[in-house]
Amino acid sequence: MKPKNQRLVLVSAAMLAVLVAVLLAMWGLRDRVSYFYTPADIAAGKARSGEAMRLGGMVEKGSIRHEPDGVTIRFLVTDGKATTPVVFRGIPPELFREGSGAVAEGRLQSGTFVADTILAKHDERYMPPELGNLTAEHKAGKTLQK
Amino acid sequence: MIAEAGLAALWLAAGLAAYQFVLMLIALRTEVDVVRPMRAVSVVQGALTLVAFAMLLIVFAVSDMSVNLVFANSHSAKPFIYKLAGAWGNHEGSMLMWVTILAAAGAFVALFSRRTSERTLIAALGSQAVLALGFYAFLLIASNPFARLFPAPPDGQGLNPLLQDPGLAFHPPTLYLGYVGLSVAFSLAVGALLTGEVDSRLARAMRPWVLAAWVLLTLGITAGSYWAYYELGWGGYWFWDPVENASLMPWLAATALLHSLNVLAARGALKAWTMMLAVIAFSMSMVGTFLVRSGILTSVHAFAIDPERGTFLLALLAIYVGAAFTLFAIRGASLKEGAPFELVSRETGLVINNLLLSVILGIVFLGTLYPLFVEAISGEKLSVGAPYFNSVAGPLALLLAMLVGIGPLLSWRRERRPILRQLKIPALLGASALVMTIFLAPRIGILPRLGLTVAAFLAAASILPLAGRNPLRAPLSTWGMVVAHFGIAVALVGMAANSAFSSERLAVVRLGEILTVGPWSVQLEDVTPTAGKNYTALEAELRATRGDAAITLHPQTHYYSDPPAETNESSIRTFWNGQLYTVLGRSDPSGGWQLRLWWKPFVTLIWAGGALIALGGALALLGRLIRPRRRRREPDWRERYI
Repeated sequence: MKPKNQRLVLVSAAMLAVLVAVLLAMWGLRDRVSYFYTPADIAAGKARSGEAMRLGGMVEKGSIRHEPDGVTIRFLVTDGKATTPVVFRGIPPELFREGSGAVAEGRLQSGTFVADTILAKHDERYMPPELGNLTAEHKAGKTLQK
Repeated sequence: MIAEAGLAALWLAAGLAAYQFVLMLIALRTEVDVVRPMRAVSVVQGALTLVAFAMLLIVFAVSDMSVNLVFANSHSAKPFIYKLAGAWGNHEGSMLMWVTILAAAGAFVALFSRRTSERTLIAALGSQAVLALGFYAFLLIASNPFARLFPAPPDGQGLNPLLQDPGLAFHPPTLYLGYVGLSVAFSLAVGALLTGEVDSRLARAMRPWVLAAWVLLTLGITAGSYWAYYELGWGGYWFWDPVENASLMPWLAATALLHSLNVLAARGALKAWTMMLAVIAFSMSMVGTFLVRSGILTSVHAFAIDPERGTFLLALLAIYVGAAFTLFAIRGASLKEGAPFELVSRETGLVINNLLLSVILGIVFLGTLYPLFVEAISGEKLSVGAPYFNSVAGPLALLLAMLVGIGPLLSWRRERRPILRQLKIPALLGASALVMTIFLAPRIGILPRLGLTVAAFLAAASILPLAGRNPLRAPLSTWGMVVAHFGIAVALVGMAANSAFSSERLAVVRLGEILTVGPWSVQLEDVTPTAGKNYTALEAELRATRGDAAITLHPQTHYYSDPPAETNESSIRTFWNGQLYTVLGRSDPSGGWQLRLWWKPFVTLIWAGGALIALGGALALLGRLIRPRRRRREPDWRERYI
């Protein structure tokens, strides 16, 4: 192959690679992302049942119940406007407490959120950005209610 | 005083970096010889940052609470080693470490680089100084690590107990060395584009840096993965967390660069492509730093939110990447393409390797940044996780792993031998692995099944470059390649076996009760309180039996008081054929304890494979550093290079 043609082939191959990456990523992102919802979103019917999603909010005070099997817990997540019941089988993270923020990954099944994973605040200071806004809104909501 | 000395050293270093930029402009515009001042200033600049970093270590070591950073991240009761690690376990300290490595790398190049022309060296050192200058500005304006606090508080706010872990203490420095080591490749590429001297000499100057950075990145990623595995207590080794992706992306780019550098060094071909990859590799390091340090991610790793810093870092990223790409667009087209090659040749093999790695990099990049774009545009929040990455990038990675077995057998320029014949045994092994998994484990997923198949093929094929010759006579770099490629097969077996054959149990058990997992029966014998230096703990005693073998494990839950937190410390026992992984959860109101158990066959091969890959890189590096001296005696540079 002549050097000039060789370069042409290489440049087209590189372009093709970029194109393939973008197309594959678009195809993959179409149905493999999980959206973040708040209890208010779910109450408004924005979330489809059975779709992988994340739920974020505060764990309502006094709502954690332990099932008899000892490893399943049920609790309510609230954003100040609505609440969603959550069921989780597993060992919750260290900083999972009533009255503090949490993000649950899982699916909605007939009105209850079945969580596969629970992410809590990583340390005393860190909060997921999604939750950061939420807490501000939540506090604002509370003040209004008073 | 110590903190002020550190700050002064930083200001001086920033001034010298600006001076280096001027020197570079002089050298590029005039005929004035500035190589000696350039080298000298680079070295002094590097030394000054080392002084600044040493000062930070000292204020942490003596717990000087009048320094805000120490107050916020340390505590006088903390073990000494974690006091030191606290210096880089936070935003400001880690950015200081970043710039220290950057400037020290520049000093190293100035001292030891004899492989490039002086003009390219000057331009590269100038580019390195400009990189450092931006990060000095970031430190001095937006993230001063030496800021004082008045009056000095009596004691600090402690360090997150999750971070009090030897793995985490040494993980960031390793990764940072890798990240920032790639800056030398970036600067050499920018320098060579400025002077137009993109040739095999440059590739040989760049290669040791890329190899070293790549080895450290590999080690950092492997160690980080093991840390997440044993520390988080979730039993997983890779979560596709954006922070993990931030280290994977530079690694993918550096892997591609490493391979295309060989083409440039041996054949003088792929000039523009290689320069592009050198720019991209370090750009990915900066993207990673931006993602981790700006705190824009929803991630278990990102510690704090501070939009001002995020904007500053984003601006730096845009300026550097933008400038490098502009330079590439202006100069890249005028580069002469090197020696031609035919369709079936090692060059083509390496081009395919590069294309696949680039596609995988693109997929990871887009998947990592997509949630940020969507949120910025529509305000909708979403996350992209394992389902996307595994199903989109996984098959491509498997294809790449298969081609890894074939590529090294090809010769440069054109292949005339029937190389497929050599692959008979590996192909047979792969096919029998496939048949065996179909019969013995009919229910496992498609990716693990193909993973085991490809791993069997690659394990045999990767050794072929040593076959038919005296292995002791083979160059170290060939050994490095074989070991690294074999490591891929090893890691692949670990990943596939872990995903196909792991078993998990989670239940509440009372004292004396037995839980089974995989081949093991695990009895909870006792739970007792105990204490460490700065925590109290509950410790379970588990007796696990398999056949005649009986072992005892002690998973713990730690309770820290400053700041209040608790962590689950898993207890893991390794056997030749897998790991037994145990976690103690909380107590149950009925008097039992939550226990979580995993039996993970061959999971350790994942990190053993990672270590082999790094070892391969280290061998190749050693070979590259020793070899040039030998070549001066017998100047036959046309022989097989890899």
